[in-house]
Amino acid sequence: MAEEVKLFKTWSSRFSLRVVWAFKIKGIDYESIDEDLSNKSDLLLHYNPVYKKVPVLVHNGNPISESTVILEYIDDTWKQNPLLPEDPVERARQRFWAKFNEENLLPTIWAIFTTEGKDLEEAMAAWVENLKFVEEELKGKKLFGGEKLGVADLVFGWLANLIGIFEEVSGLKIVDERYPLLLTWMQVFSELPVIKETWPPHDKMITKYQALYEKYHPAK
Amino acid sequence: MEGEVVLLDFWPSMFGMRTRIALAEKQIKYEYREEDLRNKSALLLQMNPVHKKIPVLIHNGKPICESLIQVQYIDEVWNDRAPLLPPNPYQRATARFWADFVDKKIYDLGAKVWRTKGEEQEAAKKELIECLKLLEGQLGDNPYFGGKDFGFVDVALVPFYCWFYTYEKFGSFSIEAECPKLIAWAKRCMQKESVAKSLADQEKIYDFVLHLKKALGIE
Repeated sequence: MAEEVKLFKTWSSRFSLRVVWAFKIKGIDYESIDEDLSNKSDLLLHYNPVYKKVPVLVHNGNPISESTVILEYIDDTWKQNPLLPEDPVERARQRFWAKFNEENLLPTIWAIFTTEGKDLEEAMAAWVENLKFVEEELKGKKLFGGEKLGVADLVFGWLANLIGIFEEVSGLKIVDERYPLLLTWMQVFSELPVIKETWPPHDKMITKYQALYEKYHPAK
Repeated sequence: MEGEVVLLDFWPSMFGMRTRIALAEKQIKYEYREEDLRNKSALLLQMNPVHKKIPVLIHNGKPICESLIQVQYIDEVWNDRAPLLPPNPYQRATARFWADFVDKKIYDLGAKVWRTKGEEQEAAKKELIECLKLLEGQLGDNPYFGGKDFGFVDVALVPFYCWFYTYEKFGSFSIEAECPKLIAWAKRCMQKESVAKSLADQEKIYDFVLHLKKALGIE
């Protein structure tokens, strides 16, 4: 049965990578379409007219946008190796932490990367508050999903790669020894067979984020 | 299946209203507890230590936070009646996408409309109408966002209807003039008991915001 599974992504998008991981976990074959976000394809704009962003999954002609929506769609459609457990309390818990990452962690890390002086101090203070909760949540757990990899792990996944890159580029210490459980999780997550070789090329990432950092911190 | 259900809420919250609607749709008996947000209860702080916000749904002593997560939880636990998400995965994804769109846009834009003036307010009004028009387009000729049945996106959006009067008065504009189909949809939803008894009175919301603006020192 010929099935159309197309993923519009970019080489560096942490959001697209979540979908790549989900496909790997479930053993799903897909066609990858790499976009140049400075020159978006007509197809991408057609499939995601609201946000015009990646990732977009097209399954048998049906487009789905927003990575967390895509992850749940994948779990609803392909039942092997579930990303969310059966228990509604556990499902709600992982969804809560996925939302926390999107609405709290991601904006704060961006503020840390792009600001200076007092704004940076405030961003760091917010980050510390956020990490306290994340560290607490990992108590007694191997992964955010509990015993098994779950949606929450895939959503937090960017930390395992990007924190190192941001620290290298900015010279800031962003996740330090106050967060042993999170540091352990970052290592464990990175070592998982499905995650291991999926990170974008390190040198390319450093170049990209170095340029971005310099844009926000012009030499005086 | 029922167990003990408690909802920590605040009467004007459009987020709390979503959960109230879901509970009413499923005909679940629960205890409603009004929170004073200037003096949050120990229970609220214990049950939602991360955000310290309402609504918090407490089922058999376990807290569920974030309104759309609560609505999905209610739909999953009480899955034998009044389904809010359809069984088809693509339709579910579409519903999640648009509910998420409502979450990303409507609250913040609406708040800008009643909080600000001049250019900032005009920009917020313009963008709010654009977003509502997009939603209106998504509705199409269906009675509900869920198609022929009231569903997840309807629950996510309809609570804002009781806030439209406030947006309109402070923004000096008419949402109905710009989005007549959307208002027709809202009125249709209000015919449902679950919605009518969950939404707050629009004039009471307006009074609440008037007092809030004074308290916050916003002219």
